[in-house]
Amino acid sequence: MSAYDIFFAPMVDYGFMRRALVACLCLALGSGPIGVFLMMRRMSLMGDALSHAVLPGAAIGYLIAGSLSLTAMGLGGLVAGMSVALLSGAVSRATVLSEDASFASFYLASLALGVLIVSLRGSNIDLLHVLFGTILAIDAPALYQIGAITSLTLVVLAVIYRPLVAECFDPGFLRAVGGRGPFYHVAFLLMVVLNLVASFQALGTLMAVGLMMLPAAIAQLWARNLPSMLLVAVGSALVSGYFGLIASYHLEIASGPTIIMTAAIIYGISIFIAPSGIARRYFPRPHLKG
Amino acid sequence: MSAERETAIRLHNLTVAYDRHPAVHHVSGTLKTGSLTAIAGPNGAGKSTLLKAIVGELKPAEGRIEHTLGRTEIGYLPQAAEINRRFPIDVLDTVLLGAWKVSGAFGSVSRAATATAREALQTVGLEGFEKRPIGSLSAGQFQRVLFARLLLQDARVILLDEPFTAIDARTTRDLLEIVANWHGEGRTVVAVLHDFDQVRSHFPETLLIARELIGWGPTSEVMAPENLLRARAMAERFDENAEICEPAA
Repeated sequence: MSAYDIFFAPMVDYGFMRRALVACLCLALGSGPIGVFLMMRRMSLMGDALSHAVLPGAAIGYLIAGSLSLTAMGLGGLVAGMSVALLSGAVSRATVLSEDASFASFYLASLALGVLIVSLRGSNIDLLHVLFGTILAIDAPALYQIGAITSLTLVVLAVIYRPLVAECFDPGFLRAVGGRGPFYHVAFLLMVVLNLVASFQALGTLMAVGLMMLPAAIAQLWARNLPSMLLVAVGSALVSGYFGLIASYHLEIASGPTIIMTAAIIYGISIFIAPSGIARRYFPRPHLKG
Repeated sequence: MSAERETAIRLHNLTVAYDRHPAVHHVSGTLKTGSLTAIAGPNGAGKSTLLKAIVGELKPAEGRIEHTLGRTEIGYLPQAAEINRRFPIDVLDTVLLGAWKVSGAFGSVSRAATATAREALQTVGLEGFEKRPIGSLSAGQFQRVLFARLLLQDARVILLDEPFTAIDARTTRDLLEIVANWHGEGRTVVAVLHDFDQVRSHFPETLLIARELIGWGPTSEVMAPENLLRARAMAERFDENAEICEPAA
């Protein structure tokens, strides 16, 4: 088998592979940077919770519009995800519960509700689709939706970059100069939920955060300033998407998990050899003179 | 100068409470424009609380604070800033946040602002540190960075909450020089301090507080031994079963 057969033929020969690849590229561009900011805000696991919270909305959208209509499920997911995010924020402000505690309660309730709705009306196949995604079944409308979400994410991140960085880095300063920190926080949460909605069609609600958090973790191991972290995150997500698809095609294994596993393998290697990884800690280079 | 312009901030019977227990109790007075004031008092005397109330982080339980300054005209250095020191940002970008008054949330950072930021770093003695990540700085160096950011903020009123705690003698001397320059430029500067020698030698005015106001005026008068004794006696008197404080008639 030539290099062409391995790396290009699947994309050249099959439309579904091309659409899957474009979807992965979009997800990488949007989710990578979002993941870095989530990690910087110490909200790595919040993304996971939010991805489960999306489920009941998606399920209701599915019940109303039927047959896995992506727009309806996306809208439902967006509403459910934002409700859980805002309600947990409100509850943590109004009671003694910390934000992660109220987040955990709400997302579990949301997840249970979602599974209930799906099991009431849909089949187990539908549930599997929602939980694990169907990246090889992505059609043109789905691609438009993912592309639109990615474009919006990149534009919004570019516009609110400075206040968002200030809010992550020194919220007290942003308050003191009268910057509206909570507004940017909500705008950011909206971007998180939108990107989860974009990836759950492809990767499923269980692994939607995979292309967010793994590239972010890889980025933190390799880069030392925010712009290069964002680039490394996008780059590693792109590489995982492409090689994951290629590997799943040749090995005839499920695409979504293969993509995430590829990211996980890059992460695993990075843990050892990256500048902030294990190797540098246990085999330090000689210290400098000054 | 009219009375209005001579007053930077006026406190009217200000009470700030945590869970109904007052940390600042019925404090009134005037902070003169261009004054250099130390806030002194024992631990738990309400010094930081007073600053937080002035910048609007805490709401008064009673009384009010009067000033006509915009949010960006007050520079505030909190005692334990909620700064994420592991955030991957470099020294120059941190200082450039101080240009917020001009750049705002979305505007571009001008070349002039960058030049001013470099100058500010030079002033605080951190020339050549522009590209260093803030996570690699020592406590003293980081405090210098925050002072550089304050320099860039170009605020008319500057509030410093224990700016020299855990800072070595040389850094303190350098930063005190910056404070003196601000005073010379006619800015109003207030600093919460623990070192009474520092207060006496560098700050012409003092506000001595022990939840209630003990004295506010020229340092030599306020820092008299009988005042300090009174302040110590009133410190940390927390009564679980305190009665409701009736408003003064």
